[in-house]
Amino acid sequence: MQSDSILRLVWIYPDLLSTYGDQGNVLVLEQRAQRRGIPVQTIHVRSADPVPDSGDIYLIGGGEDRPQILAAERLRRDGGLHRAVARGAALLAVCAGYQIMGSTFGGEEGQPVQGIGLLDIASGRGAGRAVGELAGEADPALGIPMLTGFENHMGVTRLGPGVRPLARTAVGTGNGDGTEGCYAGKTIGTYLHGPALARNPGLADLLLTWAVGAQLPPIDDSWYDRLRQERLTAVLPQQA
Amino acid sequence: MTQLPLRAQLASALGRTAATLSRATGRGDGSVIGGRIGLALEPDLLSQLARDRRLALVSATNGKTTTTRLITSALQELGDVATNAFGANMPAGHVSALASAKDAPYGVLEVDEKYLPAVIDATGAGVIALMNLSRDQMDRAGEIWLLAQKWRRALAGKNTHVIANADDPLVAWGASTAARVTWVAAGQPWKEDSWCCPECGGPLDRKGVDYTPPGGHVAGAAPLAMVPRPVEDDWACRECSFRRPQPSWFLDDDAVIDPRGQRWVLDLQLPGRANRANAAIALATAEAFGLPVQAALPRLREVRSVAGRYTTVERDGRRARLLLAKNPAGWLEAFDVLDRSLPVILSVNAQGPDGRDTSWLWDVDYRVLRGRPVFVTGERMLDLALRLDVANVPFQLVASFEQALAAQPPGKVDVIANYTAFQQIRAEFDRAV
Repeated sequence: MQSDSILRLVWIYPDLLSTYGDQGNVLVLEQRAQRRGIPVQTIHVRSADPVPDSGDIYLIGGGEDRPQILAAERLRRDGGLHRAVARGAALLAVCAGYQIMGSTFGGEEGQPVQGIGLLDIASGRGAGRAVGELAGEADPALGIPMLTGFENHMGVTRLGPGVRPLARTAVGTGNGDGTEGCYAGKTIGTYLHGPALARNPGLADLLLTWAVGAQLPPIDDSWYDRLRQERLTAVLPQQA
Repeated sequence: MTQLPLRAQLASALGRTAATLSRATGRGDGSVIGGRIGLALEPDLLSQLARDRRLALVSATNGKTTTTRLITSALQELGDVATNAFGANMPAGHVSALASAKDAPYGVLEVDEKYLPAVIDATGAGVIALMNLSRDQMDRAGEIWLLAQKWRRALAGKNTHVIANADDPLVAWGASTAARVTWVAAGQPWKEDSWCCPECGGPLDRKGVDYTPPGGHVAGAAPLAMVPRPVEDDWACRECSFRRPQPSWFLDDDAVIDPRGQRWVLDLQLPGRANRANAAIALATAEAFGLPVQAALPRLREVRSVAGRYTTVERDGRRARLLLAKNPAGWLEAFDVLDRSLPVILSVNAQGPDGRDTSWLWDVDYRVLRGRPVFVTGERMLDLALRLDVANVPFQLVASFEQALAAQPPGKVDVIANYTAFQQIRAEFDRAV
C-alpha cells in the first residue's frame, strides 16, 4: 500500500459504468481485506469528478455503449488513472471498462472509438452477442484456480504482445479467440461479470496481494467455494 | 363495436378455443396460446381488435401488472374493460385479452417495455402510462437507454396522451417526444440508472427538498383545499437544458395531489410506496378517460392483491405474504413493504424469464435485512448466500420454500421472490391470486 496502513479502493465512474452488479467487486475486496484486519477506504469517483491518483486498487465496470464512450473520453482527459497505474496501482477493468483500456473499441454503430491505451489490446464489435456462463483455466503464472463468471457483450478483443491472456476458455466466448481477458503488470482486464471477484476470490486475493505487497493469510471461503463448485459443475462438460 | 372481418373473427374464435383448452388442461392461464394462434392466422388481428375502443397501454420496468389492474378497476366505473390481467404482456397476450372481451368499449393493456413501440403502432392507443425504467434482466432485455430512445421514436408524431413519471429521468426523456404528456411526480427511489443525463450524458444534479404538507394528513376521502406543491426529487442536467418537467400530479407520502391542488389520502389495501406511486399514475390515467378522482379512488382501494402479488398464503398456521421483486429497483421497493418485526424468506431463480445472470444481486443493498431472521432458498440460493455473507447479513439456507415455511414459528412471515421463484410458490398454493 502506498502509505500508512489503509487500503484505498477507487471505484471509477459508477454513474456511467456499473450496470451488471459491478459494485460486487468493490464489496468483495472490502470484505476480504477487512476479514484479514486490513482497514479499507473506498472512494466512489463520479464522472464529473477527477480520478485521484493515490489509490491502491482501481475498479471500473461494464455498461452500455454510450456511457462507455463518455467514460473513455473523460478518463483520457482526466489522466488520474494513467498516473495511478504508472505509479504501480492495481486495476481491475470489466467488460466495457476492459475494452476502454485498449487502443480502440467498437462504438454504438460499431465504429472504432479511441481507448485510453493502458492495455495492449484492440476491441471491435463481433457478429453476435456473447451471453452466458464462461469458464476457463487461468494463466498458470497467476497461480489461481479456474475462472468462472457470466459474460454479456458483443466485443471481440485482440491481444497484443504487451499483454498475456488471463485465461483459456473452456466454455464461453471471452476475447473471441479461445482466450478470456488479459493482464499486464498489475492491470487485469476481463469480460466476466458474476461479479468476477465474487465468483473468483483467487482473483480478488491476487489484486489484494499486489496492493499489499505481501502474501495474505487464508480466510473462510466456504460460501465462495460452494458457489464456484455449483457453477462449474453446471457449465463444464461432465467427466464420463 | 363494429364487426371484425370474417378472417379476423375466425382467428379470434379459434384463439379463444385454444385458451379454453389451455386452462382446462391446466397448462397455463390460457392468456398467451389463444393470442398466438389468432396472430398466426391474422397478423393484423391486434389492430382490428383494438379498433373502436378506448385503450390505455401501461409500461415500465416495475409495477406494470399492478398498475394495469388499478387502471382497469377504475375504468370499470365507466363500462366493460378488456385487460391482460395475468401479465401476458406481449402481442399474443394483447390479442387474447381483447378477443375475450370483444364488446368491451375500454381496454387496459400491460405492455412489455421492449414491445411498446410495436404495440403503440398496432393499437393506436389513445392513452399510455409510463412509470419507471431501470436495469432488469440485462442478458435478454438489453440496454435501457436504447429502450427509452425507442419509446421516444415510437411516441413522436402520434396523437397520444402520455401519463408519465416526471421523477424518473429516463422515463421523462423517453416520454417527452409525445404530443401531450401529463407529468406525475410519482417518485423513483432507485437512482442508480439515472446519474447521467439521458440527453447529453452530463451529470444530473438532484435536489431532494423535504416537503412537509401544512396541516398534516386527513384520513378518508375528503380532499384538503389548496396546498402548496411539494418540491421533491427535482433534477436537472448540469450541462444541457434537459431537466425534470413540471408535474401536475404529485404523490405526497400517503396522498395524491391532483392538478387542482386537492389532496386525496390514498388509503390503499396494496402495501408500500411503489403502489402509492402506481395509484398516482392510475388516477391521472383515469382522469384522461374523464373519470374524476372521487370516482376512481374508491375502485383502487378495493384491490387487495394482483396475480398473487401481496397475497397471503397459509399452511399449518404459517401465513406468508408474497412479494415479487425481479430486479434491484423492485427489491428496494419490496424492502419498503417488509414488516420489520417479521422473519423473511428470500427465493431467487435464474431461469430465462428471470435473466440467467445473477450479477444484479450485487446491486441490491441487503443490509436493511440485518436484525431479523432471514431464510434463503431458490435455485440460485448459493449466489444469494454469498451476497448476504459479504453484506454481513446472517441467514439460514433452506432447500425449498416448503422447508423454509416449515422452519417458521406459527404466525406471519414475509416472502420476497423473483419471477419464476414467485410462480413456483404460487403454483404450490393453487396459483394463489
